[in-house]
Amino acid sequence: MRLFDYFRSPQIKSAALAKERLQIIVAHERGNRHSSPDYLPALKKELLEVVRKYVPIDQSQIKVHLDREGGYEILELNITLPDEEQRSSRR
Amino acid sequence: MATVIVVTSGKGGVGKTTTSASFATGLAQRGYRTVVIDFDVGLRNLDLIMGCERRVVYDFINVINNEANLNQTLIRDKRVDNLYVLPASQTRDKEALTREGVERILDELKQNFDYIVCDSPAGIERGALMALYFADEALVVTNPEVSSVRDSDRILGILSSRSRRAEHGDEPVKEHLVLARYAPDRASRGDMLSVDDVLEILGIPLLGVIPESQTVLQSSNAGVPVILEEDSDAGAAYSDLVDRFLGKNLPHRFLTSQRKGFLKRLFGGS
Ligand SMILES: Nc1ncnc2c1ncn2[C@@H]1O[C@H](COP(=O)(O)OP(=O)(O)OP(=O)(O)O)[C@@H](O)[C@H]1O
Ligand SMILES: [Mg+2]
Repeated sequence: MRLFDYFRSPQIKSAALAKERLQIIVAHERGNRHSSPDYLPALKKELLEVVRKYVPIDQSQIKVHLDREGGYEILELNITLPDEEQRSSRR
Repeated sequence: MATVIVVTSGKGGVGKTTTSASFATGLAQRGYRTVVIDFDVGLRNLDLIMGCERRVVYDFINVINNEANLNQTLIRDKRVDNLYVLPASQTRDKEALTREGVERILDELKQNFDYIVCDSPAGIERGALMALYFADEALVVTNPEVSSVRDSDRILGILSSRSRRAEHGDEPVKEHLVLARYAPDRASRGDMLSVDDVLEILGIPLLGVIPESQTVLQSSNAGVPVILEEDSDAGAAYSDLVDRFLGKNLPHRFLTSQRKGFLKRLFGGS
């Protein structure tokens, strides 16, 4: 066993490399997971549909943003409504 | 009240169906009324691994669409009492698997079973999401390999954000790690991630380590869940896993190489 190990020892063990790479990528992906949950696009689309029942707006006029602060998550919703003139002219 | 357990992984081909079949069989052997459901619509395989493929008449989607009832569809295992299989549809598309439909069937099964085991398809699409949505507990099957570990971590994220328990703010889905296809000799040589490496990265409790084993292929060839091959290492590992799930405190086996290598035999070993 000694002899065998002697020939192998200079190599970097590939499992150690795998572990290190995994720790980095997993930490990165966990971070993303919190800042932008994957339901946001669908939420935005549905909100747009609801608002459109009452006011004609387009995709660019609705902004959805999620923030994390301490233990809280804050969902920020910004909808820019068209002014009175535009609204009546579109009808 | 029945417990719903999803067997999931993200990555394909890591041993979900093998694990579902043996886990369900083990629970039934220990006297619990158990049903195992194939959620892999379009690619049904669980029936083959359970050895009941020639007895499939109706499938999960037929029941959801009220084309057949559960009594007509459930296949009773011929070897083990208390064990039933609900096969997937081979022909329908995944759209047929509706959340309302799945919920109705699970509610009906809960009346008659102690454990409902859901064999998830690979991926993070509709079928996989549906398989995990109603889960109380999850067996996350992982191979000691980079892409499998990463995908398991993604699935853990989904379990904690998109399961019904997460959406309703209930107690989270209870997670268990099943490390499958483990080759202790390769891990000890540093060529493969070790049990400890994977545990450190994923950070969930270890339910069992299933060694890489010839017997798994042989038993799937024969349509016998490997847990029934009691003398094999993989069979014994699954048996321990089931006992642990049911609360027994058993040490993990098969973490070191079983056979003596050529050099060890030659030099008397170290
Ligand atoms: N412990 C093991 N030792 C050796 N081979 C194994 C082991 N576990 C699973 N396999 C083999 O790996 C292959 C995939 O197994 P299985 O079908 O259970 O995976 P799966 O995760 O359900 O795949 P899919 O994602 O396609 O549904 C099969 O050929 C099986 O025999
Ligand atoms: Mg499978």
